[in-house]
Amino acid sequence: MSYQIVVCAGIVPDPLQTLEPVSTPQGPALKNEAMLPAVLDPWAAHALYEANHLAKNMPGSKVYLVSLAPKAKLQQVLMTIAQKVSFELIALDGPSTGFTDSHDVAAALAAAIEAIPGLDKSRLLLFGGWESAARAAGATLSMTGERLGIREQFQGVDSLTVGSDGSFEIRERVEGGKHLVSQCSGAPAVLGWATGNLPEPPNSPQVGMQNMRTVMPALQKAKPAGVAVTQQYASVALPKQQRSTRIVRDVAAAEVARELAQWIRGAH
Amino acid sequence: METILVLLHTEAGAPVGKAGLEVLEAARGLGGDVAIGLVGADCAAAAASVAGAGRLLAVEGEAFAQPRYATDASAAEALVKAAGAGIVLAPATSRWARCLPGVAQRAAGRIDTHVTGLNDGTLTRWYYRQRIEASLRRAERPWFLLLEAGIGPAYAAAGAAGAAYERVTAEPGSRTEAKGVIAPQSGEQTIKPEAELLFVAGAGWTKKQKDGAVHMDRAAELILGMLKGSGASLGSSKSLVDLSGEGHAVLPFLSHLNQVGQTGSTPRHAKGLATCCHGEEPHVVGWRFIQDRRAVNLDANCGWARGKADVLYVADAFEVMEELNRLLG
Ligand SMILES: Cc1cc2nc3c(=O)[nH]c(=O)nc-3n(C[C@H](O)[C@H](O)[C@H](O)COP(=O)(O)OP(=O)(O)OC[C@H]3O[C@@H](n4cnc5c(N)ncnc54)[C@H](O)[C@@H]3O)c2cc1C
Repeated sequence: MSYQIVVCAGIVPDPLQTLEPVSTPQGPALKNEAMLPAVLDPWAAHALYEANHLAKNMPGSKVYLVSLAPKAKLQQVLMTIAQKVSFELIALDGPSTGFTDSHDVAAALAAAIEAIPGLDKSRLLLFGGWESAARAAGATLSMTGERLGIREQFQGVDSLTVGSDGSFEIRERVEGGKHLVSQCSGAPAVLGWATGNLPEPPNSPQVGMQNMRTVMPALQKAKPAGVAVTQQYASVALPKQQRSTRIVRDVAAAEVARELAQWIRGAH
Repeated sequence: METILVLLHTEAGAPVGKAGLEVLEAARGLGGDVAIGLVGADCAAAAASVAGAGRLLAVEGEAFAQPRYATDASAAEALVKAAGAGIVLAPATSRWARCLPGVAQRAAGRIDTHVTGLNDGTLTRWYYRQRIEASLRRAERPWFLLLEAGIGPAYAAAGAAGAAYERVTAEPGSRTEAKGVIAPQSGEQTIKPEAELLFVAGAGWTKKQKDGAVHMDRAAELILGMLKGSGASLGSSKSLVDLSGEGHAVLPFLSHLNQVGQTGSTPRHAKGLATCCHGEEPHVVGWRFIQDRRAVNLDANCGWARGKADVLYVADAFEVMEELNRLLG
């Protein structure tokens, strides 16, 4: 058994950055968006690690990374990620903002995947994050899968186990901190990953060198994705309330505990 | 007038629950013709509980009892068609969240998820993991919206026993079988979405304390004691749950499912208490829907001090929790 594992992953601002919305003729955007340091979208990064792990265990498998982002920014992010896992990059040049519509992003991603030479849909596993850290809609991957005709889909996946008969046992996050366990007969399938079970792979200079041979040409070839903001935004703003924090210090632990107990019981 | 379809899946023969009734009330507020699309093994009880709120349609059968993309999507697709819906609303359950984006795609429609407000055809939702709030509308139809719990008042259902509903057929085929739901950790059930209080444990619980030693067992006792005494749901920082992934001896009842924040959950509880957690932005974005916030931290300059909590107690959480558990016990 071998798979073609296509991982869809965008890039997002580093979560420690301060974000501020601005309005532009193209729709809402982030202030200094082009300057903000970016990272591979965290849940999609987990999907990439899981894809890498699965491909290693299934000889003959191959991992593709499909990313729609501003080319120059994507190149920066790939400098790090390409040291960690082997993949063939398919890059699309376009906005990485969360304010565009999943529908349009899915159209661009699906077209790029359809164009992969030698694509064999019977062996296709479409991976990605179950939600992005930008739009967090949980929609793009599923819509991409539908466009590719894949109707076995899973979201919030924390584990995938391949049986000896090629069937999958999949665990998805559901309400109340629980997992739904499903059995699927095998590929093709869409898996939107949550955290999974794998730590971030260590850097490997060999992997980096090998990836770089294909990453740079793929970036040069990146086609404009034709994705724009189409929704009618009425407002885009930071949350209003900043709390005025009461700082309590030099008070005995017992006194703090008494105050907290009252607060927990509902008497403020 | 535009048809507004409310999609509801049944829960083992039970009447429609609170989240579903909230969506129904929101639908009624949009001023169209309301239709209700039910999905499940047997929809009679659910239909009876919402009879009178709109036209009743159902996709029924054993194949539609289990949560599963292929069958849920084909049921929703058939209901949207049968109702001729321009707007489709559903509660943001894991079941609808899994399949409705794909259904929107099939229907050549658009979807917005994690909707926290809906007013006059304009929705509110958050971007960048609860850091930026936006309101927007769309012209495209059908327009699918997944509404978060607590979006507004619930429909006060009168209901009618034995209410009639129209049966709609949908393709039952799938290569997937749902086997059941499991709790990830044996023993303690620590995540309780309905709890009043969220109790967050941070990585500080695993750090060297003022005597120069680490007190993991004591930390575990204090945290579990707190959950028992208060009925709180347990949340965690990423640093603390990651430690277990790296093979450290950490708190055995914690998993990634407890993680709150940018790459974790955004739970809804009335109150939150953070202990030994620094209150960094990627963590605190997960507190967006928690109104009343307190923190216990040794560091008076931690993130909570900077407008992220209502009260910060600069104190040793080991000492405070020991006393607090006694008071709550
Ligand atoms: C891509 C990305 C995504 C992320 N997503 C998330 C996320 O979803 N959720 C999340 O939580 N983080 C997330 N983070 C990590 C985040 O930036 C912080 O590193 C993390 O939240 C820190 O966890 P902590 O506060 O528990 O630990 P620390 O930063 O180690 O803080 C420990 C705290 O414990 C206090 N302490 C120690 N002993 C005591 C005591 N006896 N009494 C009282 N206080 C004590 C210390 O003063 C300190 O403030 C993310 C980071 C990145 C890069």
